Amino acid sequence: MRGAPRLREQTLLRHLALAVALGAVLYVVSTELSAFNDLRLASVAYFFTALAGLTVLTGLSGQISLGHGALMAVGAYATALLVGRSGWALVPALAAAAAITAAVGAVVGVFAARLRGPYLAGATLAFAVGLPGLADRYPGTFGGENGLTVPPPIPPSGLGATFPLERWEAWIACGCALVTLVLLANLVRGRVGRAFRAVRDDEVAAQLAGLNVARVQVLAFVVSAACAGLAGGAFVAVTQLAAPGAFQLALSLSLLTGIVLGGLGSLTGALWGAIALVLLPQWSNDIANAFSLNTNVQSNLPLAVYGVVLMGVIVAAPAGIQGALRRLARLRPARPSRTPQEEGAP
Amino acid sequence: MSRFVDLTLSGVSNGMIYAAVALSLVLIWRATRIVNFAQGGMLMITTFVASSVIASSGSYWLGFAVALASGLVLGAVVERVLVRRVESGPPLNAVILTLGLLILLQAVAGMIWGGTPRSFPPAFSIRGYFVGGRHVLFAPFDTFTVLSVLGVALLLWLLFRGTGVGLQMRAAAFAPMVARLQGVRVGRMLTLGWALAALSGSLAGLLVAPAVFVGPNNFDPILVFGFTAAVLGGPDSPVGAVVGGLVLGLSLSYVSGYAGSALVTLAALAILILVLMARPGGLFTATRARRI
Repeated sequence: MRGAPRLREQTLLRHLALAVALGAVLYVVSTELSAFNDLRLASVAYFFTALAGLTVLTGLSGQISLGHGALMAVGAYATALLVGRSGWALVPALAAAAAITAAVGAVVGVFAARLRGPYLAGATLAFAVGLPGLADRYPGTFGGENGLTVPPPIPPSGLGATFPLERWEAWIACGCALVTLVLLANLVRGRVGRAFRAVRDDEVAAQLAGLNVARVQVLAFVVSAACAGLAGGAFVAVTQLAAPGAFQLALSLSLLTGIVLGGLGSLTGALWGAIALVLLPQWSNDIANAFSLNTNVQSNLPLAVYGVVLMGVIVAAPAGIQGALRRLARLRPARPSRTPQEEGAP
Repeated sequence: MSRFVDLTLSGVSNGMIYAAVALSLVLIWRATRIVNFAQGGMLMITTFVASSVIASSGSYWLGFAVALASGLVLGAVVERVLVRRVESGPPLNAVILTLGLLILLQAVAGMIWGGTPRSFPPAFSIRGYFVGGRHVLFAPFDTFTVLSVLGVALLLWLLFRGTGVGLQMRAAAFAPMVARLQGVRVGRMLTLGWALAALSGSLAGLLVAPAVFVGPNNFDPILVFGFTAAVLGGPDSPVGAVVGGLVLGLSLSYVSGYAGSALVTLAALAILILVLMARPGGLFTATRARRI
């Protein structure tokens, strides 16, 4: 008991040290990679940012969201408007995008806190399907079907004139991912994370323990939305485009696939999920080419894999990749499961 | 004024289509306490099947019949093969499973039929009736839409209220344990419930396809509207599904006519939220746990 505060400080220090080490690894890796692979690294980074937020929401606080693709769109459009129209620098624009999306998430969260399971899924589904319609409705602001383009981020001159743009984009996206990782890792290990889990496992018990259930749930949505917004901003920094076509329902569903595959509630799992979301389409392209499948099959193969993965994981291995790894490595003794599969068990 | 009449008429017709989707969701909710998010994908597949049959045979009604039959089979297979595995688990697992199925069905449709939406013929003329010196926005096909959905709703009502099978289905849905002790084949009843639900869904697909075209993603909004209509009417009530569909159809028709069609899905979301906020405890069993 005596050492508890110091331990918490150490947790923060440990996460910071981990982030610095990860950053160093990413720095080395990004300089070794080709331009194309740097872009892939950037994609993994922004997917991780979104997945980490979503896995905290769904896996830890127990609220499903099919609207995170739409929240990414909010962050993306905010960034595109601030950078492209108002001429903001990228970093403040990204921070503003996260803040704006967090505000939207707060509104969504207030409603979400009153909904459960399938109804929350249905409401956020409507959000995901409906929001891209705004771009069509207000083409003057949001650029209609074609969306908004922004100029590519310019690497600082201190890095040298030949510094590749793709590496700079990868650095930006990885920076977002690392900030998200440190903040979320601290959040979920601490009081707030415990509150999330308590509310997920038994709302009545959580309320009896003095937690304001609705407030905890809204907070989870705000945190998660901020991550989605930051991810959307990083997406714009990497692709230079915010268009409704990129934020269809399919994006929300693939984000869900990512967290379920990686292991619900696990930040490391979010990393596996992000890698899978970037590599799966690539692999299915390779497979389609190897077997010379036609373009219809080729373009839909990743989606089919997502669908099969979602169903297969939830039926056969609800703890996902991270759960399987944990069991394999026996790194830690079995602890109370965080997966929805066993949630109902006594 | 004539515009208002037109919007009202088309709202009624659309509302009946939403009612058919809502019916399919309600039937499954009653039977298995699962919201079937794959419904949009299932009715998309059966409508594609109809489109292919019509194209190759030249007969609309053959395609119509094949679509309904394939809906029955698809519903039964999905319940028996997939949903049975998560029926006893927590709700989130079932949600994720049906979403996975939705993605898979969309991908399969894209693989077989391609991503370009194709047109779909209506059963009857879509030229509005000539009333009071002008063509109103209500055609023979709309009459068919309204009558066929009401017909299906009536048949389902008769099945549930007037037959032994219907009684067994209700028993299996509301008290599976007791029903099993009384000799009801609960599993079989659940499969039958899914089959009937998918039948209603495939009817909705056939009716809405001439307007939205047939493509892998073209029925996403229909799923949202059906869900909203089901919530509007109360997810346990087939009659509520029809009323909810009607109310939603009218509301969305006015929104589309007076505010722009791009806002229709957001308007459905707003209606959904309003209903859920206004009656948080009454609509769902799931919210009751929080009322302490």
